[in-house]
Amino acid sequence: MDLGQIDPILLLASLMVAATPILLAATGEMVVEKSGVLNLGVEGMMITGAVVGFAVAVNSGSPAAGFVAAALAGAGLALLFGLITQVLKSNQVATGLGLTLFGLGLSSLIGKPYEGIKAPSLGKLDIPLLADIPVLGPILFRHDPMVYISLLIVLGVWAGLKYTRAGLVLRAVGENHTAAHALGYKVIRVRLAAILFGGAMAGMGGAYLSLVRVPTWVEGMTAGAGWIALAIVVFASWRAGRVLLGAYLFGGVSVLQLNLQAAGAAIPVEYLSMSPYLVTILVLVVISLRGKHGAPGSLGRVFHATT
Amino acid sequence: MRFVLEKRPAPSRLMLGLTPILAVIATMLAGGVMFWALGANPVEAIRTIFVDPLFDPTFASYSRPQLLVKAAPLILIAIGLSLGFRAGIWNIGAEGQYIIGAVVGAGVGLAFYPTESRLVFPAMVLAGAFGGWVWAMIPALLKTRLGTNEILVSLMLVYVAENILASVASGLLKNPEGRGFPGSRNFARDYPAASNLELLPGTGMHWGVIAAFIAVIAAYVLMTRHKMGFAIRLTGEAPRAARFAGVNPTRLVVFSLGMAGALAGMAGLFEVSGPAGQISIDFGSGYGFTAIIVAFLGRLHPIGILLAGLLMALTYIGGELAQLMLGMPAAAIQLFQGMLLFFLLAMDVFANYRIRLKTREAA
Repeated sequence: MDLGQIDPILLLASLMVAATPILLAATGEMVVEKSGVLNLGVEGMMITGAVVGFAVAVNSGSPAAGFVAAALAGAGLALLFGLITQVLKSNQVATGLGLTLFGLGLSSLIGKPYEGIKAPSLGKLDIPLLADIPVLGPILFRHDPMVYISLLIVLGVWAGLKYTRAGLVLRAVGENHTAAHALGYKVIRVRLAAILFGGAMAGMGGAYLSLVRVPTWVEGMTAGAGWIALAIVVFASWRAGRVLLGAYLFGGVSVLQLNLQAAGAAIPVEYLSMSPYLVTILVLVVISLRGKHGAPGSLGRVFHATT
Repeated sequence: MRFVLEKRPAPSRLMLGLTPILAVIATMLAGGVMFWALGANPVEAIRTIFVDPLFDPTFASYSRPQLLVKAAPLILIAIGLSLGFRAGIWNIGAEGQYIIGAVVGAGVGLAFYPTESRLVFPAMVLAGAFGGWVWAMIPALLKTRLGTNEILVSLMLVYVAENILASVASGLLKNPEGRGFPGSRNFARDYPAASNLELLPGTGMHWGVIAAFIAVIAAYVLMTRHKMGFAIRLTGEAPRAARFAGVNPTRLVVFSLGMAGALAGMAGLFEVSGPAGQISIDFGSGYGFTAIIVAFLGRLHPIGILLAGLLMALTYIGGELAQLMLGMPAAAIQLFQGMLLFFLLAMDVFANYRIRLKTREAA
C-alpha cells in the first residue's frame, strides 16, 4: 500500500462532493420529521430522483433541467406518501418502507434504456479570488454549483426554522399536533408541504449521485444513501448545523475508504466497502448513549382531528 | 357536503379481511394500466402473471412446483417479521439475517465436506438459524441496552451482510475445484448429504416448505394460546396497558427479533442448499424485503401470511413468465409488488375509520 498516493487536499475536496447527496436528502428529511412525520421512503425517492434526473439531463442535454425534474419526481412520490399517511391515515413506517420498495422498482424500470451512458457535465463554478487561495481554494471553492446550492439550502432551512413564522408553525405542528390544531393551524396541510419539500430534496440528492458523483446511471446506485440520510437526522438531533456536520463526516468516511481501496490497502475491498454502514451504526450507538435527544414530540404519530 | 372520517373503536374485522382482496384487485387494475403503458396487452399480461403459471398446459408442470419453492422462504421470513411488527418492533433487516444464516449454515456444511452423514444437514439448519439469530441480536441488544433505533441498525446490517457474502463467495467458502470462479461448492450437485432436495418429485416440496408450514402453525398457536403471543398483541395495541400488565419490553424485543432472525437464517440455508444450490454473490433475490410486503398483506396473521406468501410467489413466477413470453422488464413485477403494498395501506382507512358523508350543519 502506498499512502503517499492519497493527496489530502483532493481528499477533502472530494469529501464535499461525496457528502452532498446525503446532505440534500438529510436536510429535507429533517424538515419532514420536524413537522412530526417519519418518512422512511428517502431511499426510494432518492433513487427515483437519480434516474429521472439522469434521463432528463441526457435527453435535454441540460443537467439543470435534470435537477428540476428530479426534484419534481421526488416530490411526486412524496405526494403519494403524503396522501396515504396524512389523508388516509396509514401507518407511516409501513408506508415509508413501501415507498422505498416502490421507488426501487420504478427506478430500475425507467432506467433500463439509460444504462452505460455518461451524464452531461454540470461544470465547475470556481468562485473568483477565493478559488486561488492556496490549500483552502481547491478544497472549498472549486466545486460545481450544486455543492454551493446545497449549503445555501441548509442555511435557509436553519434560518427558516429558527427565525420565521412558518418555521415556528412547522415546529409547533411537529411537537404537539393536537395543540397546534387547537390554535387553528392546518396540521395536515403543513405536513403535506413539509413532505413535498423532503421529497424534492431527496430527489435532488439522488440526481446529484447520478449526474455528478458517479456520473452515470447504475441500478440500485443509491446503495443505502437514503437510509444513511435518515440516520444522520437522528445523529444531528434534528438540527440543521449538525446535519451538515454529519453529512460531511459520512462523506469523509466514504471518500477515505474509496481512496484506501484505490491505494491498494491490505484490507480486503469488501471490508472497506462495509465501513460506511458500520460507522453509521457506531454513530447511532454513540448518539443513543446520550439518551432522549430532541426528537419532535409527535414524530410518527397519526393525526386525526376530532372536531 | 364533505366526507369525514370517524375512528372506529376497534378495527372492523370484516374490512381487515376484505381489504387485502380489494387491494389485489386494485393492483391488477393499476398494473394493467402500467403494462398497457409498457406496450403489452393488459388482459394478457395479467393472465400471464396470475393464471398461466398454474393452468397453462405447457408451463404449469414447471411453474406449479416453483410456487412452493418461492413461497417457502417468503412465508418463513414473514412469520418471523410479523411477531415484531405486531408489537411495533420494526426489524427491516431480514435480508441480512437471511444472508448470514445461509453463509453460516453453508460454512458448517462445507467444513464437513465430503462426510456422508445424515447429521450434516440438520447441523446446517441449526447453524443457519443460529447465524440469523446472532445477526438479529445485534439490533436487539443495541435497542434494549442502549435504546438505539432498531429500524436503521437492522437495515445497515443488510449492507454489511451483503459485503460479507461477497467476501466469502470469493474467499473463505470458494470452491477449491471451481477453476477460480467465485461461488462455493454446489450442494445440490456435489454434496448429497448437505443438500436440500425435492422430497416428492414434481411438487417443489423441500425441507424449507415443511419448516414454513410448521412455522405457520407454531405462530398461530403462539399468538392465540401462549402468554408471549398475548404480550405481543397487547404491546402492539396498547403499549401503556402492556407495561402495567407486567409485560417485559426487553424480553419482547429479544424474543421477536431473535425469532425473526432465526427463521430468516433458516430460510437462507434452505435456499442456498436447495434451489440456489451454492453460496454466490446474488443467491438472495431479495426475499427478505419482499417478505415485508407478505407480512402486511397477510395482516400479520399466520394464516393470512400463508396465503399472501403463495400469492406473492405467484407474482414472482408469473413475472418471470411475462418476461419470457411478453418481453416484460423484470423490474415491472417489483413495481407491481410495491403497488400492492401501497393499495393495501391506503385501504386500511376502511378498517380503522368509518367514512361518513356529512352535510354542513347550521352553526
